[in-house]
Amino acid sequence: MENQKRLDEFQAKIDAGIKIEPKDWMPDKYRQTLVRQMSQHAHSEVIGMQPEANWLTRAPSLRAKKILMAKIQDEGGHGLYLYCAAETLGVSRDQYIQWLHEGKSKYASVFNYPSPTWADMGAIGWLVDGAAIVNQVSLQRTSYGPYARAMVRICKEESFHQRQGYEIMAEMAKGTPEQKEMAQEALNRWWWPSLMMFGPHDKESSNSGQSMKWGIKLESNDDLRQQFIDKTIPQVELIGLEVPDKNAKLMPNGSYKTSDIDWDEFWNVIKGNGPCNSQRLKHHKKAHDDGAWVRAAAEAYGKKQMELVD
Amino acid sequence: MRNTLNKMNHLQKYCLRIADNSWILGNRLGEYSSKGPFLEEDLAITNVGLDHVGLSEAVYKYVAELDGTKSADDYAFRRAEHEYFNIQLVEYPNEDFAYIMARQFLFDVYQFLFLEALVDSKDNTLAALAKKSLKEVTYHIRRSTQWMYRLGDGTEESHFKIQGALNELWMYKDEMFFMDETDEEMMKAGIGVDLNVLKTKWEDKVTEVLTKATLTVPENPLFSLQYGKNGHHTDFMGYILLDLQYLNSKYPDAKW
Repeated sequence: MENQKRLDEFQAKIDAGIKIEPKDWMPDKYRQTLVRQMSQHAHSEVIGMQPEANWLTRAPSLRAKKILMAKIQDEGGHGLYLYCAAETLGVSRDQYIQWLHEGKSKYASVFNYPSPTWADMGAIGWLVDGAAIVNQVSLQRTSYGPYARAMVRICKEESFHQRQGYEIMAEMAKGTPEQKEMAQEALNRWWWPSLMMFGPHDKESSNSGQSMKWGIKLESNDDLRQQFIDKTIPQVELIGLEVPDKNAKLMPNGSYKTSDIDWDEFWNVIKGNGPCNSQRLKHHKKAHDDGAWVRAAAEAYGKKQMELVD
Repeated sequence: MRNTLNKMNHLQKYCLRIADNSWILGNRLGEYSSKGPFLEEDLAITNVGLDHVGLSEAVYKYVAELDGTKSADDYAFRRAEHEYFNIQLVEYPNEDFAYIMARQFLFDVYQFLFLEALVDSKDNTLAALAKKSLKEVTYHIRRSTQWMYRLGDGTEESHFKIQGALNELWMYKDEMFFMDETDEEMMKAGIGVDLNVLKTKWEDKVTEVLTKATLTVPENPLFSLQYGKNGHHTDFMGYILLDLQYLNSKYPDAKW
């Protein structure tokens, strides 16, 4: 039983803005929430490499190829920071990966959509990374120290990702009619999934209340989503594309009112029925399984070397 | 573009060989992204791939300057298969991690020795590029050498796999040291590298590492294929070019 005094002291620390560190006492539920959220975040970075790796060989210029390679590496690097940060909660990376493969741990649903054209490389950087930044900027102030510090590092790189994505879209939007059509079509496809990235409405979000009280989450899903919408709609218009929501309307307060998200689709993809859920997981499992003999060799060799030293 | 390539001088062809080796290998390594045996290794492979793409871009830019009518992207994306002059080894597919590492090790040793010699080239641009890339390749060779040890002297399975991959790729090694007119001319001009000298050093280094890795140096190949450095490629080349050139071929007027 966690006694009330400890809980009160814990809450007082959070309220005073003092970071919680790995060795500090924390309520089980706080730890569990972070295990769930941080592993989901780490997996998202790694699974997110797949739709982009899909276009690496087909990137159309030397510059585009270099940028995409660097970006995919950054995403994987973010996965590494996050796994390391999440391991401070007492769970190993192997365990997290096993949970991912067993479907017990999730990753961002947005990566369950395909990337059929080069414009998707633009849309993913601009919209998906753009939405992630809004969320991650907020998480830089999260109450768990290792998570907050990982976010600070990650945010520095994400803004470059978003710019490169927007640049791809801008270039295509002013290109040939086919390119412009591809750009618009990718925007249409990624618009709603990006808005879904912020999660359900506040009133439907079961974990939000406690997470906000504990300072894990600092702003509500709907507030963050609105920030993203208000930032992105003018960017759409600037490059001459159309917002894929006929009801989007600028309000007198400078904010945009938009149609509601198709929540059936949202829940459906979360439940595993999206177009690429099975593909993404299979890809990750296959790489992991195919690599088993390599990891075993590295371990065996490492042991032999240690024995030599002894 | 074909006619110009026929009239291309030795220096341009020499440079394209250097660039194409790294370009095709860089793309092969890129194909492996998100498929690595663990995250750190996945990133390391993409990182090496990125170094290769970087070197190829720098050399294509130099060729574009020499030529004056085409861009680096034209060289990378808009040539016919027989106008790419990479050695065949680098186009070999990513069959599994053993093949990827065997290909990498054989090439890294070659490229390291090649660049080390090219640093003294009378062509200032090539000498500078060699100097810069040598730092990266020093890291590449350290990494692939480590993998030869780990896989060779790891488990029975890994030993079997890496030995099999080395045996299979061994037939592509002679091409690295084959000297044709372009190589001779460049060497005489003090621009290019003496591949005969390289060959001995390469054999010494590879034998040393494989022996330490408890692996067997494969038998010499009985058959040498027509060489990629003169535009003759394996069955694998067409497919990677198809991917590489996809957007440029399908939308020739588009800028990206």
